[in-house]
Amino acid sequence: MLPDPSRSAVQHGLVDVEQWSVWFGATAALSEVSLRITPGGVTALIGPSGCGKSTLLRSINRMNDGAAGLRHAGHIRLDGADIYAPSTDSSVLRQRVGMVFQRSNPFPKSVLDNVTYGARLNGMTDRRELEALAERSLRRAALWDEVKDRLGQSALRLSGGQQQRLCIARALANDPDVLLLDEPASALDPVATLRIEELLYDLRRDVTIVIVTHNLQQAARVSDRTAFLLAGRLIECDDTARLFTSPREPRTEAYITGRFG
Amino acid sequence: MSALAAPSRVQRTERMARRRRMGSFMTVVVWCAALLSVVPLILIAAHLIIGGARVLSPTFFTALPAPPGVSGGGVANGVAGTLVLLGIASVIGMPIGLGAGLYLAEHGRTRLATIVRYLSDVLSGLPSIVVGIFAWELIVRPSGQFSALAGGFALGMIMIPLVARATEEMVRLVPVALREAALALGFTRWRSSLQIVLRTALPGIVTAALVAVARVAGETAPLLFTAFGTPFWSLRLDRPIAALPLQIYNYATSPYDDWRAQAWGGALVLIALVLVISIIARRVTRSRFGAATGGARGD
Repeated sequence: MLPDPSRSAVQHGLVDVEQWSVWFGATAALSEVSLRITPGGVTALIGPSGCGKSTLLRSINRMNDGAAGLRHAGHIRLDGADIYAPSTDSSVLRQRVGMVFQRSNPFPKSVLDNVTYGARLNGMTDRRELEALAERSLRRAALWDEVKDRLGQSALRLSGGQQQRLCIARALANDPDVLLLDEPASALDPVATLRIEELLYDLRRDVTIVIVTHNLQQAARVSDRTAFLLAGRLIECDDTARLFTSPREPRTEAYITGRFG
Repeated sequence: MSALAAPSRVQRTERMARRRRMGSFMTVVVWCAALLSVVPLILIAAHLIIGGARVLSPTFFTALPAPPGVSGGGVANGVAGTLVLLGIASVIGMPIGLGAGLYLAEHGRTRLATIVRYLSDVLSGLPSIVVGIFAWELIVRPSGQFSALAGGFALGMIMIPLVARATEEMVRLVPVALREAALALGFTRWRSSLQIVLRTALPGIVTAALVAVARVAGETAPLLFTAFGTPFWSLRLDRPIAALPLQIYNYATSPYDDWRAQAWGGALVLIALVLVISIIARRVTRSRFGAATGGARGD
């Protein structure tokens, strides 16, 4: 990996969730969740299906905006600024808070175009600059060696695992402070999953990472801190090692030992 | 209780044989239906080629219509006129249809969208001669003369709902994941609509638009009292203009044998024109980076 020399220690990317509640119509998806995600490191959100972990993740870059019947209360702050304030531009926010989805979703364009799409949106046109950005981002996503000879090829020709790393590279090209991943490996085979996990391990040094996973082993492997959600409420958030070995809440223990969920 | 007993081996074999017979029978039925569905096209095409090939010659494409009894007339003005009319129709119908379709796909659940979609369906069901009357009332009567503009306007009206609904369907086919990818990179909603969604759906939309052009290319009724037709060479937009369907109509209903032969030739040319447009449409569909629906190719 080539860590960006301009950012030796992670200082940006503090996410502060305060009394955050979300409703879709009459259904409460999240109830008064408070959670502090410190810069750098990996935070895993775990919990059974429908517990609200994806809703919480998508709240952090406002991807829920526009959903039918959406209401919310409370605050989410990124480095102190309320991201739901009227003055916040959601598209500017999303450049600072990148996102990778469950199923890889490259654009039906070339590998190079995929990685540089965000930069070109912001007006970068110089070809050499774009290529340098692509190389830097693809290296950070541990994909460069595999695709350096096929940058002009359609991204849809890559394998599933490569596509997912391309999506990570595409998000990294915006140089985000926070990277959100919504079950990024659930559609991948074990080898491809391992590569993504190794990648997250390296990336944590310069990006704040939040990952939703239903795979407890994965949460234990990749994360520094783990938050356990149940029925829209945050039950417990602690250092991953402690949460998995000596949880304070009986419900956490019941979940991680496989008694439900 | 005996009714619930598992069927014997013999019974199962019999049932299986019956299902197989039924399966083969249905295969033959649908095969025949498929064959019958293309028979009309083959008959029409054969008829046209036999009837039309007699009058086809290089001069048929370069000459103006000849009076009855004079040999060697052509449909040059009709071909040119039809192209002009299609051009005007596209300029009117495509942008409006495209915009409306994009709106319907992206804001489809609003009240306005429901109304627009319904009215657009009504418009596409409207008899084309009614659209002609509308164009006559709106353009021909106030301006006091038949014109290419009025004809193109009428054809454009017919194109709008075709393009709009096709665009809506194509845009809806673009996976939600692709929109989310664009939004998550910091695209605003309209930019993701234009740059990602529309571009991904573009081959399908272009195909649909060309199919709409092919469809209105053969329309006769809306041109009867708008473009009106002329035996002379004219490309002026504010004057009556010739059109292939009109010439076919005039020739075919005339009492002269040589004119009726010309009608066959005109029809053949018109079909060929539509065929060319369709072939272009098929070519466009094969885009460089594959279909709108992405997905990994193996692992």
